[in-house]
Amino acid sequence: MAKHLRSNAINKCIGCFSCQRVCATANHQSLSDNMAAIKIRTLGGLNSSYFATHCRGCNNDTPACAEVCPTDALTKREGGGVKLNKSHCIGCRKCEEACFAKAIHFVRNYKYPIVCNQCGLCTKFCPHNCLSMEEGEDD
Amino acid sequence: MINENFIKVLYIDLTNKKVKIDMREDLRKYLGGVGVATRLLEENMRADKEPLDPEQPIIFAIGAVSSVLPVMTKTVAMFISPLTGELGESYAGGRLAYTLFNAGFDAVVITGKAQKLSYIVITDTNVEIKDARSFAGIGAESVGQFIRTVEGGSGKRSIIRIGPAGEKMSKIANVNVDTYRHFGRLGLGACFGSKNLKAIQVTAGDSTRPVPDLKKYFATYRELYDKVTNTTLMSKYHDLGTSINVKVLNKIGALPTRNLQQTEYEHVEEISGEMFAEKNLVRKVACVGCPIGCIHIGQVRRQFAEGYDYESFNVSYDYELISAFGSLIGIDNTDDILELISEAEEIGFDVISGGCCLAWATEAYLRGVITDAETQMPLKFGDKDTYVKVLRKMGEAKTDFYRSLANGVSEVTEKYGGADFGLQIARNEMPQYHTGYGSIVGYVCGARHSHLDNGGYSLDQKFKDQEFNKDVLIDNIFKEEVNRNIINSAIACLFARSVYDNATILKAFAALGVEMTEAELAETAERIYASKLRIKRRLGFNECDVVVPKRILETEGMKRKIDPEIVKELVLMFYNKNQQLMEKYKEEEIKA
Repeated sequence: MAKHLRSNAINKCIGCFSCQRVCATANHQSLSDNMAAIKIRTLGGLNSSYFATHCRGCNNDTPACAEVCPTDALTKREGGGVKLNKSHCIGCRKCEEACFAKAIHFVRNYKYPIVCNQCGLCTKFCPHNCLSMEEGEDD
Repeated sequence: MINENFIKVLYIDLTNKKVKIDMREDLRKYLGGVGVATRLLEENMRADKEPLDPEQPIIFAIGAVSSVLPVMTKTVAMFISPLTGELGESYAGGRLAYTLFNAGFDAVVITGKAQKLSYIVITDTNVEIKDARSFAGIGAESVGQFIRTVEGGSGKRSIIRIGPAGEKMSKIANVNVDTYRHFGRLGLGACFGSKNLKAIQVTAGDSTRPVPDLKKYFATYRELYDKVTNTTLMSKYHDLGTSINVKVLNKIGALPTRNLQQTEYEHVEEISGEMFAEKNLVRKVACVGCPIGCIHIGQVRRQFAEGYDYESFNVSYDYELISAFGSLIGIDNTDDILELISEAEEIGFDVISGGCCLAWATEAYLRGVITDAETQMPLKFGDKDTYVKVLRKMGEAKTDFYRSLANGVSEVTEKYGGADFGLQIARNEMPQYHTGYGSIVGYVCGARHSHLDNGGYSLDQKFKDQEFNKDVLIDNIFKEEVNRNIINSAIACLFARSVYDNATILKAFAALGVEMTEAELAETAERIYASKLRIKRRLGFNECDVVVPKRILETEGMKRKIDPEIVKELVLMFYNKNQQLMEKYKEEEIKA
């Protein structure tokens, strides 16, 4: 079964942002991390733990983002998460609002949503294996 | 960035509340980082004015490949140092380079003085100067918490700020960067204070920069990432961290102890990197862009009331901090060292300078050079509780003595005596490596009087078993002094200097589509260094005039005697090399 991204070991994160770097590069040919579909954050500054915002790989009937997509540009992906078909996307931003994990965002001057395609590259550039690709149960 | 044909400079004038952006094609030949910042300092400095005059500039610059390749994590700050009166150069990691890169600026030049205490917010679409009066007198960590609360940008911002010491313009005041990193040395905190500048927040913006050649860039990224994470080149920094040096330097007789009366410490085991790891280490974190994560966070708790009421501190520690607040002042356990570091952090003192000040005051008190009339309390080595009180009094700066002490060893010894055992070189408190000729000459001649300028301390250790050769030593120190301007223009963390040799830096540039040769790189290093030397000369600095305090010459380095005459001779040799290099680039001088 296809796998999707998990961040179960995020407590080991050191905040190097290598995951963001490779995601933005490989998926959007960008040197800017705002194009990354995974975001490392802290709550309360560096004294607190890190956590990762990324597509949780919703594996229910229809993920919320796909559910609200008026053009079916976002569709359910086997194994969890969604697939984006850019040619159908009109940039209405309803998916951004619908994602309760805040894992979809838009950037200035780019029409399409930044959404994880479950490529798993970030897991290969995580020095402490905080990230992994796993077969999904229903979330 | 290296693949653009300009350096984007943001000018902020605090007096007139004006902001200007300039695309400087002419600065491209200085690469980025220290090269660009040095040239901007040379352009904007006022040699005729005091270091803390509002007209003096504070320059920040990110490197030629900042944030786009592994361990390219540092931002350089350049200024006129209030501590030494000449070139100020300091580096910090954290998130500052990452956020400046993603806000779209290569360099920032701040001049003037705000009417009231202020902080600056920089984003890619706006620069605002805001009221910070309610943050007056607040500690460096606390003010970070306040700004985090009132400003947006969680997860993609950097907050740099000063504590009360900076506001009072203590010449050893630092600038805290994102809680765990600092522009530590040479008094940048006082420069902030002189401009009524409490803090700066930089927020990563929402514009995007394309990768010029995806295949080439990603192949290089992957290769460097693997080199950094899967080889032993950087394991020292990852494992115990720099604190591994405590035992190493003690063993060779180079660990400054009790104001450098000794170089071996009987309590070395209790303050070793191993002991910190066992007792206090709770996690490691990284600067953005570095998969190593060398920032070692130690935790210490303190009971503040009966009934098991505890508070706890999370503090980052490194070798020089452990030495300065450990062996140098006779502290014999890790908890006390962390508590002292935490105290200095909040007040906003550089710990290395702070340790040298405490060490001098203690010896001066024991020798009767100063008395209770000055200190208001008895001082003795190893007394943590007293040192906490002394640091607070230095922070308050209410008496002439404590004000002077908070201005560094040089100033306090000029007023109160005891200069022979004051640990400063060229007015900068001594770095914590007493290895012999290489270290001392390195401190005297280094552009910022740091062991990191030229690695003289490291050459002492390398040449330990060879016959002493003055020419070889000076050639090597000089070569390193010049060449480090390359890695500092990139700007890689110096801990990655074994990864980023010149050939690898050329490869890094090529990954972004810029081809340069070794020869061009070498010439650039010289050009940058010549600019630094011109700044130092304009401010009246001559390495031959530096008087090295007796204590530093009399205490054996690595168990070997140091001959003051040989030190003078070595400094003169270095001076001659400096003059030659300046002559070569004299056409580039900016006429005042």
